[in-house]
Amino acid sequence: MDNLRKEWLLNALLAAALFMVPFWAWIASEPFIITLATRIAILAIAGVGLNIALGLGGMVSFGHALYLGIGGYVAGIAAHHAFHGTPILGLPGTNQMLPIWAIAMLFSGAIAAIVGALSLRTSGIFFIMITLAFAQMGFFFTLSWPAYGGEDGLPIFMRNQFPGLNTARPWELFLVAYGVLILTLGVFATLRAARFGAALMAIRQNPDRAAAIGISPFGIKLVAFILSGMITGLAGAMMADLTRFVSPAMMAWTMSGELIVIIILGGVGRLFGPVAGAAILVGFEVFFGGLTEHWKLWLGLVLLAVVLFARGGLIGLIAGRAQNG
Amino acid sequence: MTAVLELEALEVYYGASQALFGVNLEVREGQAVALMGRNGMGKTTTIATTCRMLPLRGGAVRFGGRDISALPAFRAARLGLGLVPEGRRCFPNLSVTENLIAAARPGPWDLARVRAFFPRLQERADQLAATLSGGEQQMLAIGRALMTNPRLLLLDEATEGLAPVIRQEIWSAIASLKSEGLSLLMVDKTLSEILPLADHCVILERGQTAWQGKAKDLTEEITDMYLGV
Repeated sequence: MDNLRKEWLLNALLAAALFMVPFWAWIASEPFIITLATRIAILAIAGVGLNIALGLGGMVSFGHALYLGIGGYVAGIAAHHAFHGTPILGLPGTNQMLPIWAIAMLFSGAIAAIVGALSLRTSGIFFIMITLAFAQMGFFFTLSWPAYGGEDGLPIFMRNQFPGLNTARPWELFLVAYGVLILTLGVFATLRAARFGAALMAIRQNPDRAAAIGISPFGIKLVAFILSGMITGLAGAMMADLTRFVSPAMMAWTMSGELIVIIILGGVGRLFGPVAGAAILVGFEVFFGGLTEHWKLWLGLVLLAVVLFARGGLIGLIAGRAQNG
Repeated sequence: MTAVLELEALEVYYGASQALFGVNLEVREGQAVALMGRNGMGKTTTIATTCRMLPLRGGAVRFGGRDISALPAFRAARLGLGLVPEGRRCFPNLSVTENLIAAARPGPWDLARVRAFFPRLQERADQLAATLSGGEQQMLAIGRALMTNPRLLLLDEATEGLAPVIRQEIWSAIASLKSEGLSLLMVDKTLSEILPLADHCVILERGQTAWQGKAKDLTEEITDMYLGV
């Protein structure tokens, strides 16, 4: 079996497992497992977002937690105002997920446009540091924002709603997260197969050579960075709804690091890399976290092993080298 | 015939070292121009400068009557400068199809036409460029340049290092492009292959235009003086 077929089979298995495990948990009345699966799906959505910038475009953003936090705060603030019946800038709050997601993506995209326009003029360590600096600015801004909880964060008393579903029920919230994950994976696959994806990967391999065939390295990378921020912002809004809480910790540099770890563990640039990576991360946290408080040490060793011996992550280890890695 | 490309007194430096000392060159609509010279005389530098990959310190690059001296490379390419670089330089970790669609711009040359022009690229569609033979990579480099729908195709050593049978295949493809009216600026060391296609020749010597004229006027004396080893 060639690598491409192996990867598709593995992707199908991962998609099926991520659906069947919580489905079983729903039948067996195990809401904790369903919530874990929802967390995996939402982290995977954030990972898909980062995978566009990092996996396809080679942009090592160490500040993607900023967009996760922006999405989270949009959801939290909208829900806060809807709950208290107070307006935001003259507009009413909302507890509906769809408009919240749209606003979260809009805000994340706008901030990503500003961050990208400035940071994409640099590369390498400077790019990493600028993206980190912007995320830290967001972190400290929310930390000193008393109107929305400051350091203590902002609780979401009533989970936001999705048309036709009761999001208070773990299984139905999982269905929402799973549906969005499949949709974002579809967006990623479409982008990768289109001229945009080919141009982005060409820029990653050699920006000068790409420019010689009419590709604008800055323009394409900026669009990719904005799309990446928007998808991560969407994940942030969903994460806030899952935990019913949003705090500056969502924008912490450790969160940005976790997103990169997810991509590396699963497979950089691989379609289902973020799904595999998020499953490994959450799995480690739950299963090894129950055994020892030093579970991150073991995760670090696994990460080290992946970087040294399996650079394609879990997907690469099983399905072989990437088509365009 | 109107001029597609005009290079006027190009002066180019690599750091403090001057590489071009006032190169002049013109390619007219539908014309095939051979840019010749010994190694290190400035042929590739002239091509790279034309494509706006190297900055100018003096002179001007005019394409389609427009001064493009200050344009970035991607804008020049979008105007219709199609580069087939020395050493092929395909994107090694992209498939053949990805290499082609990355360059796609609207026009008569699309994926289907390029694949029909080079059927080998159809057969290798999903293969990584790095795994292609030298000849196939050269076809891919030309196909990729055609996908940009160029007005002028710049071929820098298009057959270098290829087996004779493959060279022949590449040259007949280039001849076919010329017969379709595409303007060509070609760099190659093998006179017996480049001259039959060339309408006009330009010889560079130490970064300057040493001689130019019709291919039939290129005497043995001139070739010995400027191109002999």
